[in-house]
Amino acid sequence: MSDSGSRAVSDSGSRAVSDSGSRAVSDVGGDGRERAGEGETGNGRAIAIDVNGLTKRFGERVVVRDLSMRVYRGQIYGFLGPNGSGKTTTIRMLCGLLTPDAGTGTCLGYNILTEAAEIKRHVGYMTQRFSLYEDLSVRENLEFVGRLYGLANPRRAAQAALVRLGLEGRGHQLAGTLSGGWKQRLALGACILPEPRLLLLDEPTAGVDPKARRDFWSQIHQLASEGMTVLVSTHYMDEAERCHEIAYIAYGELLTRGPVKDVIRNSGLATWTVTGGDTWRLAEELSSREGVDMVAPFGASLHVAGRDKAKLDAAIAPYRRDPALSWQEDQPTLEDVFIDLMNRSKDNFQ
Amino acid sequence: MTEPPVRPDEGGRPRRGGFFRRVWAMLIKEGLQLSRDRITFATMIFIPLMQLVLFGYAINTTPRHLPTAILIQDDSDATRAILAAFSNTAYFKIIKQVRSEKDFDFAIASGEVQFGIEFPADFERALRRGDKPALLVAADATDPVATGSAIAALNGIVANALVHERGLPPRDDAESGPLFEIRAHARYNPAAVSQLNIVPGLLGIILTMTMLIFTALSVTRERERGTMESLLAMPIRPVEIMLGKILPYVLIGFIQGAIIIGAGTLLFGVPILGSLPLLAALTTLFIATNLAIGYTFSTVAQNQLQAIQMAFMFFLPNILLSGFAFPFAGMPRWAQWIGEALPLTHFLRITRGIMLKGSDLATLQGDALALAVAMFVAMGVAVARFRQTLD
Ligand SMILES: Nc1ncnc2c1ncn2[C@@H]1O[C@H](COP(=O)(O)OP(=O)(O)O)[C@@H](O)[C@H]1O
Ligand SMILES: [Mg+2]
Repeated sequence: MSDSGSRAVSDSGSRAVSDSGSRAVSDVGGDGRERAGEGETGNGRAIAIDVNGLTKRFGERVVVRDLSMRVYRGQIYGFLGPNGSGKTTTIRMLCGLLTPDAGTGTCLGYNILTEAAEIKRHVGYMTQRFSLYEDLSVRENLEFVGRLYGLANPRRAAQAALVRLGLEGRGHQLAGTLSGGWKQRLALGACILPEPRLLLLDEPTAGVDPKARRDFWSQIHQLASEGMTVLVSTHYMDEAERCHEIAYIAYGELLTRGPVKDVIRNSGLATWTVTGGDTWRLAEELSSREGVDMVAPFGASLHVAGRDKAKLDAAIAPYRRDPALSWQEDQPTLEDVFIDLMNRSKDNFQ
Repeated sequence: MTEPPVRPDEGGRPRRGGFFRRVWAMLIKEGLQLSRDRITFATMIFIPLMQLVLFGYAINTTPRHLPTAILIQDDSDATRAILAAFSNTAYFKIIKQVRSEKDFDFAIASGEVQFGIEFPADFERALRRGDKPALLVAADATDPVATGSAIAALNGIVANALVHERGLPPRDDAESGPLFEIRAHARYNPAAVSQLNIVPGLLGIILTMTMLIFTALSVTRERERGTMESLLAMPIRPVEIMLGKILPYVLIGFIQGAIIIGAGTLLFGVPILGSLPLLAALTTLFIATNLAIGYTFSTVAQNQLQAIQMAFMFFLPNILLSGFAFPFAGMPRWAQWIGEALPLTHFLRITRGIMLKGSDLATLQGDALALAVAMFVAMGVAVARFRQTLD
């Protein structure tokens, strides 16, 4: 198995990941099915999304491979992964906009393959790129959505949404002339207007300022506390930490999932933080050493991490004697874990 | 102990009235977008006026083998000889023999034939007596280009048709003149004013062009702007999207039609001999047919450029083979078959019929039916072709 395949590259790649000591990482929370069974008998939580073996190809390329996940009702579920890893594709399969090539699943109890029409009625999907009508005003966009979903009084609903979103003063502004943060607010407002039970948010805070991001997240938590389920894809680590549970996908494969704490604990990464000296040169030297799997600068310090603690300790031993450097054993951050996962899966795919 | 997944209690079934509500939502959205697009709006008003003024000329051709009906109340050698002379000019092609004046008039009014030739009773006897009987040639002159040269050929027929007939009074060219005469009667457009023919045609041309383009762009535009992704994620069905996108333009087409007909009446004195409500109703049908066809293109095209190209590919035969640019009767058989499949061909018969001949629905029902069939076929294809996913 370790003859990392000359044929079936990607397949042997995925096995290599679990073989090289990451078993614990991949299996945070166990296999989807087992875990779910446990969840149901244990705490009786209702399931909002439950998919198994989702696969999507574009031409020859497999963009999502054998993806399984389960999201419970009222959860905020973070969906992370580098660009092009298949997050958008997965979300589109969940709401019936793409047909999976393999796999099955339900969304709010509706079959994603056969009941897309029902799913659309109860799911709010916020696209990665702003996709409301730029040549309609803010209010007209909201009224359009309200009418389409058959709200009893679309005008009043739109007005209420404007107030709730703090967009009152901009009701007559064309959506295309809004700044990024306001567009994002409008898009979210349009999504929740028909009171969906599940929100699928695709990189909703990309390019939005920190204050707007914070407002956005407090709104998400508010909605979740009212019973809304939220699946949100993001690149921001701080956002990942605001999620109840996260899943990390790279190159179409789900590499890890679970609550943030578990993901970190189970990563199997040994980590040191080193401060002082010429960190840039130090980083260069360390990263070429056996046993060091990842070196990442953090302000004036460096994070040095390795999957094998003994090897890592051996690798840094000479540097620990340098009086100019101060070494401290540390927990890996979520970012360390992801960068390591990404590096490994990239290695396996090349 | 397994908790069932969350399943919304009110169920997924669409509430009643949902269909119209969603079409309405779509319609309002399209209308607003249209009103924001100032340039398009202005073009829609000015294109028809401009073309109407520019098209002050007629295209000159001399078509042959024009379909002709005959009404013979006196079957005789002389009659047959004269008919043969008609055929020999190559302008007339006798395709039908009718039995009554009523059928005779209907054949011309419906556009089935371009000419009618009527021999009165006792034609031959009058001829032998030297009474110089007259036979009637009625021409559908709504398209004066088509009939003009054929009418010009009538004198030759009078001069030569009976040269080989025996038992007739001697021909004395100098004094007594020809043995019989032909009364040519140009129906519907006696003065052969070409604008009378152009204006109803232009109504069809302008509506075809603008309506096709509008809807041809509508779906591709949503795809290119990325708004299709949101729209598809909402609970709206393809047929609802289609109707919502077509209906606002029916109104626009209606306004265009009113401008053309109004200007045609004011500038060229084009009459509307038939019923204006009927003209309005069938024009609306024609507008909807073209919108449906344009919409079909937009569900097939990958981008806006492709959609426009498809619209023009369709537009060209509409101009050339519908009887607008060249008289329909003068076209070869295969071209006529293609022409019959084009909405504009039928609409030209309708507008010329109602405006210039005063035709009623009974006369035009075949053409109206053809338009309706084309519309429903296009809509069916569009709904079937509409991609509900982004695959
Ligand atoms: N419609 C499509 N046709 C072909 N390739 C696609 C299509 N959509 C996405 N892809 C490819 O699939 C990969 C995954 O894309 P995506 O799901 O958008 O990733 P992410 O959202 O994680 O950035 C990318 O490499 C992208 O180029
Ligand atoms: Mg994406």
